[in-house]
Amino acid sequence: MAKTETKKHTPLLHIVKRDQGSLTWYNRLLVRGIAILAALLVAGVLITLLTGKNPIQVYGSMVSGVFGSPRRIWNMLQGLAMLLCVSLAVTPAFKMKFWNIGAEGQVLISGLACVATMMFLGDKMPTVVLLLVMTAASVLAGMIWAVLPAVFKAYWNTNETLFTLMMNYVATQLVAYFLKVFVKDGSGVLTPMPQYGLPVLGNQAYLLNILLVALLTVLVYVYLKYSKQGYEIAVVGESENTARYIGINVKKVIIRTLLVSGAMCGLAGLLLVGGTNHTISTTTVGGRGFTAIMVSWLAKFNPLYMVLTSFLVIFLEKGAQQVSTDFRISSSISDIITGIILLFIIGCEFFLQYRVVMRKNRKENA
Amino acid sequence: MKKILAFLLAALMVFSLAACGGTGDKDTMSESPLPAPQLTVDYEVKDDFKIGYICLHDEKSTYDKNFLDAADEATKAIGLKDDQVIIKTNVPEGKECYEAAADLVDQGCDIVFANSFGHEDFMIQAAREFPEVQFCHATGTKAHTEGLDNYHNAFASIYEGRYLAGIAAGLKLNEMIAAGKITAEQAKMGYVGAFTYAEVISGYTSFYLGAKSVCPSVTMEVQFTGSWYDAIEEQNAAEALIARNCALISQHADSMGAPGACEAAGVPNVSYNGSTYEACPETFIVSSRINWAPYFNYIIKCWNTGAAIDADWCGGINEGSVVLTGVNEGAAAEGTVAAIKTAIEGLKNGSVKVFNTANFTKDGAAVTTYMADVDTDAAFTADTEAVANGAFEESKYRSAPYFDLRIDGITLLNEKF
Repeated sequence: MAKTETKKHTPLLHIVKRDQGSLTWYNRLLVRGIAILAALLVAGVLITLLTGKNPIQVYGSMVSGVFGSPRRIWNMLQGLAMLLCVSLAVTPAFKMKFWNIGAEGQVLISGLACVATMMFLGDKMPTVVLLLVMTAASVLAGMIWAVLPAVFKAYWNTNETLFTLMMNYVATQLVAYFLKVFVKDGSGVLTPMPQYGLPVLGNQAYLLNILLVALLTVLVYVYLKYSKQGYEIAVVGESENTARYIGINVKKVIIRTLLVSGAMCGLAGLLLVGGTNHTISTTTVGGRGFTAIMVSWLAKFNPLYMVLTSFLVIFLEKGAQQVSTDFRISSSISDIITGIILLFIIGCEFFLQYRVVMRKNRKENA
Repeated sequence: MKKILAFLLAALMVFSLAACGGTGDKDTMSESPLPAPQLTVDYEVKDDFKIGYICLHDEKSTYDKNFLDAADEATKAIGLKDDQVIIKTNVPEGKECYEAAADLVDQGCDIVFANSFGHEDFMIQAAREFPEVQFCHATGTKAHTEGLDNYHNAFASIYEGRYLAGIAAGLKLNEMIAAGKITAEQAKMGYVGAFTYAEVISGYTSFYLGAKSVCPSVTMEVQFTGSWYDAIEEQNAAEALIARNCALISQHADSMGAPGACEAAGVPNVSYNGSTYEACPETFIVSSRINWAPYFNYIIKCWNTGAAIDADWCGGINEGSVVLTGVNEGAAAEGTVAAIKTAIEGLKNGSVKVFNTANFTKDGAAVTTYMADVDTDAAFTADTEAVANGAFEESKYRSAPYFDLRIDGITLLNEKF
């Protein structure tokens, strides 16, 4: 028996899924810590080889770009809040295994609705009413953009990835079109309208956004973890057949979840346009709709972890900008650093899920 | 053995090819008739002085590289230390521009400069918040109406540079007429423009008038792309113009699309924003560009000597803000350099005016009066009389161009706003 088994070819190493809970929390933390250190080391070596700069100074410059002054800290918090908001928005759909890559368009179209309200109704109604109309318009626009692919998916099983992706292009082109209509001087820049913006708390332009997103994080956490609807989302995500078997109306859950998702994208659009920029361009969302997917996934769809993963992405982004300013090196180098660090972090998640098993010695087997 | 032989043979062929390339290449570029001058630094820079630059892209874009090179030149000539200059690249035309400007102020900058048209509103926002810091903005239009002491626009009379480049184009057409390649009536140029508004209209009209000053029968067709940088659209536009029998092409767009199409078709090309000679040695004639170093020197001098910076500053040939590359004598007509030099003298002493109303007509009649839209407003109200002393006075009432007349001899094939 043993003899025949040793003759069978076994590869030098193979990969095995870890048992649930086989790693303690501090082991997990240790693995992640080592991954980040290794990433910094590899990136550091690369920086020295390619640019001849001192990597410690480069990392110091990254930290100063994020924490160097009160303004930079506010900017970081604002960046974190906006990315987190979009990440929260995509999470319910992803948890349901509905591959919504249309957050970019959903946020952008809400921003367009918001800016149009500010432009045409700004001077026609009292501030409180205007704010309500702005909110309603943004949220509604986001919901429409998200629910269209959901209805098609629920009733005709169309491919939601392609559908939501295409909706991004439609939204971008609509913004481009309306900018041509609104702005005629060739710059394509719509003059900001801060007079119609959301109220400013405590003289800090970004405080309102940050507080609202903090509140939203808790709400989404509770919704997904403790509400009946959150449970339904999880079941549909695991298996549609199981969901049907236990009497969940899958169509309804898909449509309802995308309405929730779209509404949160609408909030992101409102905060970006009404709360911060007071104007719009085709790049207002700036890829957050896609980065959010990574943020959400890295955090395993847990809204509280998402605060950390958003911070990581924003830290790298702002830090990299500072590096290219301080050392006058091309922004490509900063992108390389960001890429290396993200690769290591995503890579270490793999090793937390799986382990590598070496081929056992023949003697041992015998 | 066979392998070694094959390798040796291959190596031999490579070397012989390289040898051919080496002997066949001959530099046909002349000295520039209008080079960038040395900066004169006749002032002391304070030790705690600091300047910050904001650029839309980085050195990968020709537009931004032109600014970055000028900033470096000014830094070197003035002798600024590394910590007196901060350059932020890849700053979009949005809230990020305001944040970048505010961050530069936090770091102690006394002057903040931004290089893209769309940065303007956000620079004004920062200028309102930090009255003790000077904000300078290239290509903007609002400084003279905003009424802020610390917000300034700048441009250059690049229409003069285009006029000079137009002379080179006209002489080339004359040469083609004399050689019997085209008749005088067929002397038609093509122009690839970005958008149908004043900066581009002023540019192609001055180019056309330069050509017309030496080749009276010249006409021109303009095709717009609707983008400042779109290699494929620009190539398509140039190819369309060549197919419509345009004998020479010029462009006001930044990619290699139009020059590349000209090189492929063997049609002479007058370039912009730097030499395209390397890529197009057979067809490149000359190129004009704005040199920003004199402006940087000017604002740094103003701050360090306590002088006020002009709300609108428009550098010309005298300031060294308008420069030309060398002339490619392999492609240009004989006598081009001499003719350009004569015209430079005329522009300097005022005997030559680019927009002299005696040299062009609109709808068959001379232009004696024209209300231009100088003050920015949503409705594009024509607000300022721009014709005086027998010429359209470009860049006088604000630094950015406002000449937007559609004169006879130029046909627009499309319009893009």
